[in-house]
Amino acid sequence: MRHSGRTYRTLFLTTLQLSACTFGGGFVIISLMRKKFVEELHWIEEQEMLDFIAIAQSSPGAIAVNASILVGYHVAGITGALLTVLGTILPPFVIISVVSLFYEAFRDNNIVNMAMTGMLAGVAAVICDVVITMGKEILKQKRLFPVLIMLASFAAVRFLNVNIVLVILACGLLGAADTLYCRKREEPKRDLP
Amino acid sequence: MIYLELLWSFFQVGLFSIGGGYAAVPFIQRQVVDLHPWLTMTQFADIMTIAEMTPGPVAINSATFVGIQVAGTAGAIVATVGCILPACVIVTTLAYAYYRFRGLTMVQGILSGLRPAVVAVIASAAVSLLILSFYGQRTVPERPGSVNIISVLIFGAGLLILRRRKASPIRVMLGTGAAGIFMYSILSYIK
Repeated sequence: MRHSGRTYRTLFLTTLQLSACTFGGGFVIISLMRKKFVEELHWIEEQEMLDFIAIAQSSPGAIAVNASILVGYHVAGITGALLTVLGTILPPFVIISVVSLFYEAFRDNNIVNMAMTGMLAGVAAVICDVVITMGKEILKQKRLFPVLIMLASFAAVRFLNVNIVLVILACGLLGAADTLYCRKREEPKRDLP
Repeated sequence: MIYLELLWSFFQVGLFSIGGGYAAVPFIQRQVVDLHPWLTMTQFADIMTIAEMTPGPVAINSATFVGIQVAGTAGAIVATVGCILPACVIVTTLAYAYYRFRGLTMVQGILSGLRPAVVAVIASAAVSLLILSFYGQRTVPERPGSVNIISVLIFGAGLLILRRRKASPIRVMLGTGAAGIFMYSILSYIK
């Protein structure tokens, strides 16, 4: 598939911007990516984005980098993946390079701290917005199974401190078991002549 | 060869830190403090603070920082590349497999189990961020009344704009940063 320079440029610039103002870990940038690529650009479907997040979460490496590889690959193949990875690592690379020169002054700077505290609240708002939208999608399916998985996973991660990778793997297995069970129930009907 | 050592060390960090974020911290510490004399424990604590305060994944931030300390800009590039190399290979392979096999019923079933779990995991991250933002620490304090009102206001305004206006997240982030500088300046002026 051929892609215009415009697609490549948007891919690169979007990941660059998202990476440049994303504090607070991988889930924040994932939420921002979902908002940008699913809701604004419509390049990725809601379900696909959730799959990408699961893959990014359970693969080795930083979630932000993994997710950007998946998004780039989805939109424009290997070239797209290279562009989004570059866009994701360039801002922290440049910022850390500069900060490492005078990091004590940076750490104790008042203005920097004020902006950071403000942006932390902003990031919390963005990620809550994403959770509300995604939670509604799950509830819309009107099935008990996904809702139970959602509640149980939340409790496991939040209150029991279970490792996230384990939770994801277990839910994958539960999903497989659910499919087997549904198939078994349908099978007898198919056997009739 | 210091470059090869950096590359190999951060290749291992990238390969073994599954789950992202703070999962990488013990691996980084082992490589740069315990196995190699690259950072002291104090410097390591500093880089963790900076990594938290600046954008970008913790692993990438520390790769860049350690690389610069040890072998200048070239060292930073080598360490960063080493850090993302395993992910690039593994995730691209998984992406290929995803498009190849996602039509299968069984894969669909697995994915249908994963999706609600992902929402839950992100919701948990959201709760952690909210607590950190409102209380300035990782846990809810015993004594009520220590809530950061300015953070609550900025959060409320941000969420309202996001829900009602479908605003771009980048603009919201920049706006809340500016709002932080503005409101805390006024607060310190009044005091």
